[in-house]
Amino acid sequence: MQVQITVNGEQHTDDVEPRLLLAHYLRDVCGLKATNIGCDTTSCGACTVHVDGEAVKSCTVLTVATDGAAVTTLEGLAPSTDDLHPVQRAFRAEHGLQCGFCTPGMVMAAAALVANNPDLTEAEVRAGLEGNLCRCTGYHNIVRAVLAAAREVSA
Amino acid sequence: MTTSAPETESPRGSILGTRVQRLEDPEFLTTGAVYTEDLVDERLAGALRLTVVRSPIAHARIVAIDTTAAREAPGCVAVFTADELADPVDQRPPLPVYPAEMGQPLLAKGVVRFVGEPVVAVLTDERYQGEDAAELVDIEYDPLPAVVDPKDAERNETLLFPELGTNVCFASRPPDTPPPDVFADCEVVVTQEIMNQRVAVAPLEVRAGAAVWGDDGRVTAWIPNQGAQGTQGALARMLGVPVEQVRIITPAVGGAFGAKFGADPEHALVVLLARKLDRPVTWVESRSENMVAMTHGRAQVQTVTIGGTRDGRVTAYRLHVLQDSGAYPKFGGLLPTLTLMMAPAVYDIEHLQTSFVSVVTNTTPVGAYRGAGRPEATAAIERAIDMFAAEIGKDPAEVRRMNLLPAFTEPIRSKGGASYDSGDYQLALDTVLEAADYATLRAEQAARRERGETTQLGIGLSVYVEITGGGDESGPPKENATIEVHSDGSATILTGTSPHGQGHATVWAMLASEETGIPMERISVKWGDTDLVPEGGGTGGSRSLQQGGAAVRQASRELVDIAKAIAADKLEVSVDDLVVDHETAGLAVRGVPGSGVRFAELATEQELKVRSVFSAPGPTYPFGAHLAVAEVDVETGKARLVKLFALDDAGTVMNPLIAEGQRHGGLAQGAAQALLEEVLFDEDGNPTTNTLASYPIVSATELPSFDLVTTETPTPYNPLGAKGIGEAGTIGSTPAVQNAVIDAVAHLGVRHIDMPTSPMRVWTALNKELN
Repeated sequence: MQVQITVNGEQHTDDVEPRLLLAHYLRDVCGLKATNIGCDTTSCGACTVHVDGEAVKSCTVLTVATDGAAVTTLEGLAPSTDDLHPVQRAFRAEHGLQCGFCTPGMVMAAAALVANNPDLTEAEVRAGLEGNLCRCTGYHNIVRAVLAAAREVSA
Repeated sequence: MTTSAPETESPRGSILGTRVQRLEDPEFLTTGAVYTEDLVDERLAGALRLTVVRSPIAHARIVAIDTTAAREAPGCVAVFTADELADPVDQRPPLPVYPAEMGQPLLAKGVVRFVGEPVVAVLTDERYQGEDAAELVDIEYDPLPAVVDPKDAERNETLLFPELGTNVCFASRPPDTPPPDVFADCEVVVTQEIMNQRVAVAPLEVRAGAAVWGDDGRVTAWIPNQGAQGTQGALARMLGVPVEQVRIITPAVGGAFGAKFGADPEHALVVLLARKLDRPVTWVESRSENMVAMTHGRAQVQTVTIGGTRDGRVTAYRLHVLQDSGAYPKFGGLLPTLTLMMAPAVYDIEHLQTSFVSVVTNTTPVGAYRGAGRPEATAAIERAIDMFAAEIGKDPAEVRRMNLLPAFTEPIRSKGGASYDSGDYQLALDTVLEAADYATLRAEQAARRERGETTQLGIGLSVYVEITGGGDESGPPKENATIEVHSDGSATILTGTSPHGQGHATVWAMLASEETGIPMERISVKWGDTDLVPEGGGTGGSRSLQQGGAAVRQASRELVDIAKAIAADKLEVSVDDLVVDHETAGLAVRGVPGSGVRFAELATEQELKVRSVFSAPGPTYPFGAHLAVAEVDVETGKARLVKLFALDDAGTVMNPLIAEGQRHGGLAQGAAQALLEEVLFDEDGNPTTNTLASYPIVSATELPSFDLVTTETPTPYNPLGAKGIGEAGTIGSTPAVQNAVIDAVAHLGVRHIDMPTSPMRVWTALNKELN
């Protein structure tokens, strides 16, 4: 099937298998490999991207279901590497990542969380990130990073 | 003692000890790192995709395999059974302590012994084709009785390897004479069977591999690992080829926690199939494969007996470990040796008796998981101390205080056979009690009990010592580092460690910058390519900073000495008059500003490169004390971790930001074992927790933010004064959290609840006691 998808601001037109998952489309067809796949049950959130501004787990979305949509991956979150998103900056400042595998999805989930409600409490951050698993950080510094980014956005 | 408050200025007037942000982060945060599945490499052009067909049955004879339909599937290039693979090597277990017959073949030969065991290899052009073709492989099994519980395995009624006549793969040597009854004189004796349950390692990145053979007869294999040199050795052994024939390159690694050391049968399959088909082969397992085929951790049944005086002095402790090694013994069968060594932990106990038996079962093989053998030791004795305290009706903090070893700065020999380098356990306990305001917590607990509230408060303690940076059979612990300064003023460090989240690129650069004045940003750190770094011990057992970091410092100092000798000639001054000039990243004549020569300039004239090996006198023994506060709903049995105070003393800290991150992660995994996580099989050996939907991997909502308290007791065993910090959090937190949950319901008569302290277990314990 032919799909037209805007990925990180660029228009893509591709013929895809109807069963092709969005995560595999982004990785294998578009060559955007930041988006990682950590499970096959929509549990870990490593594959989180934005579809029309909303955080979704791309491993359980069919590519054809995003025909006509705008998809943003980690690679497209910031205008440039010198002008990072507040969440990206905060993750570095607060040491919110270690092995980095959950990071692309975690950052995209956090960016959506902050955009929807910059007035976040710690409990709201934890609840908001429940669907994004991290095995390295114990979430402590991720939570601090998201709160710091939220403060910056709301300031 | 320092606290974990943010430090803007270094206490030592140097970059060391400061909260330097990681150099590796910008890549992770913008394009993502390149993990094995992300590789784009011309050497892998046209690679075939390996899909593994795995056993759906825990124990069965393979009657027949029909691969006809699979071979005809679109995109299918080849299919291999064990017969067709004709593995050139009779696979042996990875350690020589086990019977040779217990080796796992690359593909099952005649018999499958656990759900998830590889049986058939399918090679296709593309990913989805592999899954389609794999479904068409038709395997007829003749089920055999499965042995799932290690206690059943010990009875040797159902055997995994009938020709051996036993399921025991390794055991402690029975004493020559019957041991004395060390509990005969005790006023109080408590005994308990404790499950240290099997958990999934579950790194976010699953296992993967890619391999291609060159015209020179060497293979290049990209494998996520914890030490390329160990992986190279393991693969060479499994393939029956010389080590030199295997080159390992380590892409970014998405978590490992002990389970990515060495190589697994699937990795050997990738390499072997690439040779057979003369094409590059790649492989990435699925999460549901990972949950049943990557080694699990822990899996001990412990029997503890503790005895002493009624006023609280512990005089005798016995620990017997029954270790479930899974179907094929790997590192797991060896875990009890570490558990036994650390059995007496921080306590001064007159009589210690230990023993273990490791058995095979029809389950996923067991290996190392964060702490590997030591968390099990701490869990056992910290539970035992609490049960002893409950029996005599004394505060568990007071019982600990009465029995802790006194502070020491010279190495002491423990009853378990360890040589503790330095420690002050009393200080650790007192400091964490003060940080948590223990008296106030106990008062709050008493008030809730008095009021009979539904939500009761529990306070759990643990005091721990662990072993980090141990050597192996080849001798005392050591690690190498190479530093080279280039003519453009930048420097490269080659390290034998293998970071996968631990921030070595940052800390190794800090250490070299401290010695040479070369800015951190101009120092790049490389690892994980066996052509570039032929030797190295990798990253595991919390060894990296104390050996790899120490090697970087040593190499940097030697480089400065060599540079001084060259510069002395050049400048016609005495070597002794030259000092490192951090302003210019070079050498200056003492007291004569602007007199010197930059390292970059020296490097234009001759190679400025040093390789150095640091050898440690022995492992180091970090210690600490944790205090957990849990709330338990006595009606539903639901436990919630409210607070976790962690004092961890790992000697001198180089970068508090990174060290704290290591502790946070450890605390979370330890708390997760205490509260939530457990790998389960049904009675036939079918896994029931084989996805991240069914395995309750800990999430952000189940944890609080942590309260860290830091002391620094330097080790005399390396010039940095550093001990390991990677596993400490897991070791201390597991029993603290378990003890907190049990303490919350102790006034209702509960003395013990096995981990994970799930609502069902807590509720059952409460209702058994109440009825």
